[in-house]
Amino acid sequence: MTTNILEMRSITKTFPGVKALQEVSLGVRRGEVHAICGENGAGKSTLMKVLSGVYPAGSYDGEIYFENELVEFKNINDSEAVGVVIIHQELALSPFLSIAENIFLGNERQKNGWIDWNATNLEAAKLLARVGLKDNPITKITEIGVGKQQLVEIAKALSKRVKLLILDEPTAALNDEDSAHLLDLLLHLKSQGITSIIISHKLNEIKRIADSVTIIRDGKTVETLDMAKDEISEERIIKGMVGRDLENRYPHHTPDIGAEVLRVEDWTVHHPTDHSRVVIHGANINVRRGEIVGIAGLMGAGRTELAMSVFGRTYGHNISGRIYKDGVEIQTRSVSEAIGHGIAYATEDRKRYGLNLIDDIKRNISGSALGKLAKRGWVDANQEYAVAEGYRKSMNIKSPTVGAITGKLSGGNQQKVVLSKWMFADPDVLILDEPTRGIDVGAKYEIYTIINTLAGQGKGVIVISSELPELLGICDRIYTLSEGTITADIPRDKATPELLMQYMTQEQD
Amino acid sequence: MSAPVTPVAHNPIGRAANYLTSQLRQIGIFIALIVIVVLFQILTQGVLLNPQNVSNVIVQNSYVLILAIGMVMIIIAGHIDLSVGSVVGFIGAIAGVLTNRMGLPWWLAIIAALLAGVLVGAWQGFWVAYFGIPAFIVTLAGMLIFRGLTQVVLGSTQITPFPDEMRALGGGFLPTLGFLGGQYETLTVVIGLLAAAVLVAAGIRQRLIRRRLNLEDEPFAWFVVKLAFTAALVLAIAFLLASYRGTPIVLVVLGLLVVVYSAVMGRSVYGRHIYALGGNLNAALLSGVKTKRVTFLLFVNMGVLAALAGLVFAGQLNLANPTNGTGFELDAIAAAFIGGAAVTGGIGTVTGAIIGGLIIGILNNGMSIIGVGTDWQQFIKGIVLLSAVAFDVYNKRRSGGR
Ligand SMILES: Nc1ncnc2c1ncn2[C@@H]1O[C@H](COP(=O)(O)OP(=O)(O)OP(=O)(O)O)[C@@H](O)[C@H]1O
Ligand SMILES: [Mg+2]
Repeated sequence: MTTNILEMRSITKTFPGVKALQEVSLGVRRGEVHAICGENGAGKSTLMKVLSGVYPAGSYDGEIYFENELVEFKNINDSEAVGVVIIHQELALSPFLSIAENIFLGNERQKNGWIDWNATNLEAAKLLARVGLKDNPITKITEIGVGKQQLVEIAKALSKRVKLLILDEPTAALNDEDSAHLLDLLLHLKSQGITSIIISHKLNEIKRIADSVTIIRDGKTVETLDMAKDEISEERIIKGMVGRDLENRYPHHTPDIGAEVLRVEDWTVHHPTDHSRVVIHGANINVRRGEIVGIAGLMGAGRTELAMSVFGRTYGHNISGRIYKDGVEIQTRSVSEAIGHGIAYATEDRKRYGLNLIDDIKRNISGSALGKLAKRGWVDANQEYAVAEGYRKSMNIKSPTVGAITGKLSGGNQQKVVLSKWMFADPDVLILDEPTRGIDVGAKYEIYTIINTLAGQGKGVIVISSELPELLGICDRIYTLSEGTITADIPRDKATPELLMQYMTQEQD
Repeated sequence: MSAPVTPVAHNPIGRAANYLTSQLRQIGIFIALIVIVVLFQILTQGVLLNPQNVSNVIVQNSYVLILAIGMVMIIIAGHIDLSVGSVVGFIGAIAGVLTNRMGLPWWLAIIAALLAGVLVGAWQGFWVAYFGIPAFIVTLAGMLIFRGLTQVVLGSTQITPFPDEMRALGGGFLPTLGFLGGQYETLTVVIGLLAAAVLVAAGIRQRLIRRRLNLEDEPFAWFVVKLAFTAALVLAIAFLLASYRGTPIVLVVLGLLVVVYSAVMGRSVYGRHIYALGGNLNAALLSGVKTKRVTFLLFVNMGVLAALAGLVFAGQLNLANPTNGTGFELDAIAAAFIGGAAVTGGIGTVTGAIIGGLIIGILNNGMSIIGVGTDWQQFIKGIVLLSAVAFDVYNKRRSGGR
């Protein structure tokens, strides 16, 4: 008998053309928080999908023992029946249903086939209390933020009498406060005897809550580290992930700042449906050539809204203010107009807004500037290939060819495709919304290097990020945004996490 | 970062097998076509592939195939058009009134009818693209509107005859250049040989390009088989046609449409934008694709193709009738889906839709010859559509592992 609640032995999983997992083994002790680390495309999500029956028994080789019994899950229902519940990298809630309806979706509280609304809402309220949410269970999912949505997912897992909870990058889309809350919740659940497996690229989180860490590289297990035993450092984990020491998290950057390239003045934006609500209040920002400017703000402060309203008015209603490009006033009433003026915006939500997931890498990369590859309306396939292949190499997109479908890439590699797409458009001003969300440390470094290169070419780069260390590590100047108002403009040498936080949370009247 | 993903199957046989399973859909539809042809060839005791019948199948399905081209484009963009059957009737009526009642010359009537198609498409495209009403609703309304207008234009009678030139567009043949060996019509043989040669050349050129780009995953043997098969098919059809009355004019029109629209969908910026739109509307929008204009033009294009189909159909029947075109939308939609288009948009090809249309056409024709009633014909077509899409879904699930 072992004390392990879970043993995965020699798991091998192949997709057409790709060996995603090779002889991977994983042992998880009962009652611990077990972290899984690895680069983008290492196979972390795939391993968890094997474990939870998303990929059914028979579609992979190897054995899974749960509570010392060989299990062969045919689907998610099988795994949930024994208490293994997975929360996927992409949230899977139904937006127009209520919190309570989502919690019991597929597992409805019922009497003879009719929904028992009292039981549904009462039990939901109890589950919400357990995860520390005070919202009314009849609130619609669209009305709560991502942070709370993640907690609803956990409440949903709890409703299934979970013994082993699997979380695939649960904090990727959360701000620091929501992340901290979620991690505390995991520790709290641990004290109630619930084992969890967490995948994350945020090593500080792992260090904070994990009891052990398993590192996967290129579809193989590298090692399992016991966090308590020998004070494992973040650097130690990184070394396991990338197979070498990474000296700095942020590449060195000497700013070479030129003339102002973009200025946004007195920018006010109203909510698209609730027209009386002001989302951005008279914002003034500017960026100069060669400069990397950060925008810090809590979730809901209006960072994405600010960026998207500038980028072809893709967000908002009744927008007022002025935009100057190289000192000349311009209009950006549509996306093509904005792109025409050399402004680009890489979205934070790559699946919904960034990629055509059923199309291949090259066509996604060429998508925003197809005109550059075309003569009289006909696309030059040779040139398109050459361009895409160039980005595949320089951005290190992990895929055998640029003909691969983007929907099948790992999250981090999808992000690199989005970035490549906008680099190909060759804008003067590049707005990057959470450019390293869900990206591994090695690749983050690469992306920072790319950002530096872009700035070095004389472009203005605006980076929106929830990770303060990242902003502090790469930006020349940082704006803070609080409740739709720019509260400060802080140069690099003055910026500290405390100062930023103070302005990010400054109350507005 | 570290080493690239390990590709599996280094040996050629494993690779070929891998490739073929990934291409099951395309292979499947070809095999389905062959099975259906062979089956009906036996059931009809050889009538199916007799030269006159082959000629008939092509002529009598031409208008559905024309519709299928526009329909698959609309479906790729994530929309649908239920009105095309009514538009076929409406345009036929207009052409009848213009030529027969008002005595306009045939060419002027054709231009006017195509322009009417533009207006019909612009009308529907406006509501879908700029007003934001789902295409299902707009074209359901269009189905009623244009059927109603057909009856208004015709005043509930029918119009016949049409000028000879328009009848030729629907059911006529290219002039003959004499007969080879007293048996095969020369022009048709020449066209067939040319078409086969062009097909082979284009296939080889494509492969060379893909090879150079390192994107080729098609095994050589399969490439040869495929190319030889298509060339043989073209030649066989050419010789069958040559031993009857030669090349139907509408086949020439259809051939040109297939070539042009395949190129548009495969290689033009506009075609790319259609796929981008259907694959992820938001991403397309944020990439600067003028999504509204693309959608609007799609419906205009469908209007023109429906008008062309209306002219062909009326010319063929030599009749404009209030019920012309009833139910054509269903055949066109079925053709696109049998041909591999995805209900959710973003996936599909013009050639797929054409093959899908041929499958339906041959089913119709074969079943009529052996005397199956329209009741069972509909039943069987329904089953075929369902199985084709079921096969698709099954395949996707197997390869995606979901
Ligand atoms: N359905 C699929 N079809 C083909 N290949 C796939 C499929 N799903 C995953 N892969 C491939 O398997 C490998 C592992 O992917 P996986 O999603 O497990 O990575 P990950 O470790 O979760 O990465 P990330 O940190 O970026 O989320 C990748 O190379 C990916 O392209
Ligand atoms: Mg993943």
